[in-house]
Amino acid sequence: MKFGVVIFPGSNCDQDCFWAAKDVLGEKAEYIWHNDIDLRGFDCIILPGGFSYGDYLRPGAIARFSRIMKSIVEFAKKGSFVLGICNGFQILLEVGLLPGAMLPNKNLHFICRYIYLKVENSQTPFTHLYKTGQVLSMPIAHHEGNFYITPDGLKRLQDNHQIVLRYCNAAGLVDSNANPNGAVDNIAGIINERGNVFGLMPHPERSSEEILGSDDGLLIFDSIRKWLK
Amino acid sequence: MAEVTAEVYPVRNSVKDDSERIISNGVYRGLGLTDELYQRILKILKRQPTLTELAMFSVEWSEHCGYLCSRKWLKLLPKKGKFKTLIGEDSGGIIVDDLAVIFKMESHNHPSQVEPKQGAATGIGGIIRDIFTAGARPIALMDSLRFGELDKPYNRYLLKGVVDGIQFYGNCVGIPTAGGEIYFEDAYTGNCLVNVMCVGVADKNKIMRARVKGKGNAIIYAGASTGRDGIGGCSVLASAEFGKDEEKRPTVQIGDPFMEKCLIEATLEAIATGYVAGIKDMGAAGLTCSTSEMASSGGMGVDIDLKYVPRREENMQPWELMMSESQERMVLCVKKGKEKAIEKIFSKWGLNAKVIGRVTDDKMVRVKDSGKTVACIPAEALTSPPMYDMPYKEPGYIKEIRKLNIKTLGQPGDYNKALLKILSSPTVINKHWVYEQYDHMVQTNTVVLPGSGDSVVLRLKGTSKAIAVTTDCNGRYCYIEPYHGAQIAVAEAARNLVCVGAEPAAVTDCLNFGNPQKPERFWQFKNCLEGIVSACRFLHLAVVSGNVSFYNENPRGAIYPTPTIGMVGVIDDVKKITTQVFKKEDELIILLGKCIEELGGSEYLKVIHKKICGRVPRLNLDLEARLQKAVLRMIEEGLLSSAHDCSEGGLAVALAECCVSQKDAMIGAEIDNLPAKIRVDALLFGETQSRIIISAATRYLKPIKQIARAYRIPLCVLGRTTKEKRLKILSYIDLPLDKIFDTWWNSFDREVNR
Repeated sequence: MKFGVVIFPGSNCDQDCFWAAKDVLGEKAEYIWHNDIDLRGFDCIILPGGFSYGDYLRPGAIARFSRIMKSIVEFAKKGSFVLGICNGFQILLEVGLLPGAMLPNKNLHFICRYIYLKVENSQTPFTHLYKTGQVLSMPIAHHEGNFYITPDGLKRLQDNHQIVLRYCNAAGLVDSNANPNGAVDNIAGIINERGNVFGLMPHPERSSEEILGSDDGLLIFDSIRKWLK
Repeated sequence: MAEVTAEVYPVRNSVKDDSERIISNGVYRGLGLTDELYQRILKILKRQPTLTELAMFSVEWSEHCGYLCSRKWLKLLPKKGKFKTLIGEDSGGIIVDDLAVIFKMESHNHPSQVEPKQGAATGIGGIIRDIFTAGARPIALMDSLRFGELDKPYNRYLLKGVVDGIQFYGNCVGIPTAGGEIYFEDAYTGNCLVNVMCVGVADKNKIMRARVKGKGNAIIYAGASTGRDGIGGCSVLASAEFGKDEEKRPTVQIGDPFMEKCLIEATLEAIATGYVAGIKDMGAAGLTCSTSEMASSGGMGVDIDLKYVPRREENMQPWELMMSESQERMVLCVKKGKEKAIEKIFSKWGLNAKVIGRVTDDKMVRVKDSGKTVACIPAEALTSPPMYDMPYKEPGYIKEIRKLNIKTLGQPGDYNKALLKILSSPTVINKHWVYEQYDHMVQTNTVVLPGSGDSVVLRLKGTSKAIAVTTDCNGRYCYIEPYHGAQIAVAEAARNLVCVGAEPAAVTDCLNFGNPQKPERFWQFKNCLEGIVSACRFLHLAVVSGNVSFYNENPRGAIYPTPTIGMVGVIDDVKKITTQVFKKEDELIILLGKCIEELGGSEYLKVIHKKICGRVPRLNLDLEARLQKAVLRMIEEGLLSSAHDCSEGGLAVALAECCVSQKDAMIGAEIDNLPAKIRVDALLFGETQSRIIISAATRYLKPIKQIARAYRIPLCVLGRTTKEKRLKILSYIDLPLDKIFDTWWNSFDREVNR
């Protein structure tokens, strides 16, 4: 299989995602410049973290109008896999591939630290190598990760099992103390109804090797690979 | 105002614009030039300068850019050490196998005091450009900050503003802000210090130089457009004391980290083509500095026309264009015929790239404005400001402040309380409130995170190696005893590297002092510099780059002399890294080094007794070097579970940190043996140098002892790590770790947001 890692001006986790997919996981990976529109040959597109277009206006608000996004929407409509990490998740919300919106963190600061996540749905192509209820250790690094969705929208996410990851403590308890940014229902990652577009605020590429403090994130990339094989 | 008796030289016909020639004394003084410098300019040009020329001299010959007062002494810094060094125009580094590790530290003190967010942000932008201009990809940033005490609201405002500026700029550009240090002392009220270090990595054979080459090659301006921001930043703002009511905000630049991120990528891509013959960023002194220094370093001349310079404001005058310190701009010398290829790369990243001139062989910097010459100066003379031999004199306070009669000093009745009080001192507390606002993990190289080791460690992808980075300086020590204080800064930086398992390799320094025109301030500078020189020589460390920041004073007085040391160390095997936290229960806790009854200049004296006095701790460089070698050997042989240096707050604070720095896995300690029969407060909180606390499995005691003996290092088994989550030190201290953790982890937040 082949991963495509999109580079917008201002992306800064592109090389980290590329490294995780290619050097750590050992799969094929290629960069895709934001002006390119041909996605043939790719099995999974990764929208990496960073500050696309400087996060000016609002994170992801300008990137969604980028040329490549039309192709990515088409790509997703065909059922191919799209993974948005951090700023990539924000772009997926802005372009409407996933529901909801991001607010600034409740403490109004950028937060970079390891947090715990509870796997709420391990039946997805992105998480099938985890067990439901498993507690993962992964870092977050964002200023706008306070996920918001209307009560109706939240109910739909819950009813359809679209909430994939939630913030929890080391023991797996999901409560407000374990919520780093104020996200509704401790939501850290969601998937679309069809199950082929996944967005999450934590950084699996930063937790794909034990030497970095955790390799819990690698199974996300590996899940995609194994699902496709 | 006194009239200057300047000899009036005839105007040469190379400069034709009459309006440019009207110079009054007020003009050059307003630009920060002295009468003496103006006379020199007249001698060089053999005529009156134009306004543009005067502007160019004023920035190039500012203390900030020209090192007029410091240059004589900076020559003493060792340029060679145990690692092979590379010394470039804008930065320096070491060779590690096939890689060049390039690094430099720089100050942005005055801009940050005036406008903390943008001041700090643009300080980061500037130092990053110094690194990638050498063709190196920046892999880490470190911030060494000094503020006045947090009880003053303005100091809290400065701290918040500076941290905000660092996160605003550093997070966006995608370089981990991996570590640093913050000290709080009243001496920094009114003049905070913001020193930023950047580390980059390049192929050792592909390092770029900041010089022009080849007659006819193009001079390309790349990056952001030029505005009126930062005019006089390096001269009027950075090279003068703060007065009483001056409004200097317009001299601070405004940064755009998104532009910088694109500039990094475009520049590295441009360099990779092989078409770039030389490159320099436009930092302090902007277009003047970049063009004239590149010409002078290359032994060539440049001929540029300002009409091609992209601008963001209308009606900018030539002198404004030459002085502007607008951010995110570069000058490239590009091989003739390859201009289009380079322009295309910058345009792909949405950036300007314009040919503004050509390399000449007449060694002149010639600046035109739509064809009309507005400046024509010999490059060599413009970039060779005078070097002054500044007078120095021991300050009056020195004798008094070193006095301390320890016998009249009472001891705390409750050592638990004393420990918690010192732990909650803003200088000692854990700074996660700060470093969690910085992206310290991007690029996925940070293998020792801030707060968990004595230095941060970054692996070098594609190799088995890693580098460790630290910054250090106790300004209070340097105030009391500049020579010893500076030596300690070097020794402690090296010790911090050793504690994570890194061999200290080389130094960058950022020398922050008061007004060099005052002999008592210059004495501090001279003594600190000599301290750095002696310690670096002894430890075989080269000083590969650095920066001097003078005039850090306001009507209340000067800052503590603060020669911040940035140091890089090399770890051969990334798997052999040690951190400070105790790892397992029932392991031995051992102190390497000895405890001496010394309390002078300590955090304990300041926090508990409200005194800043007494001789600073003695440093025996020979013992220090042996200690460092011994600990590296122990780590190399896999004997240690943890290693932590004793610094501010002494043994008790260091032990507390070993217990609680892993939030989810705290380990207790029971100390039942202390090495010396000295006063209890000196034993617990004294800051004797050359001490490292290690922990290890019992079975390793024998080999550890053997190594200690081989290097003649005093060793004392203090006690054991425990399952019980308490820190117990003989009968003096007995505290639950939760309590220690809460004080150490949460006090900073409470201080900042009080």
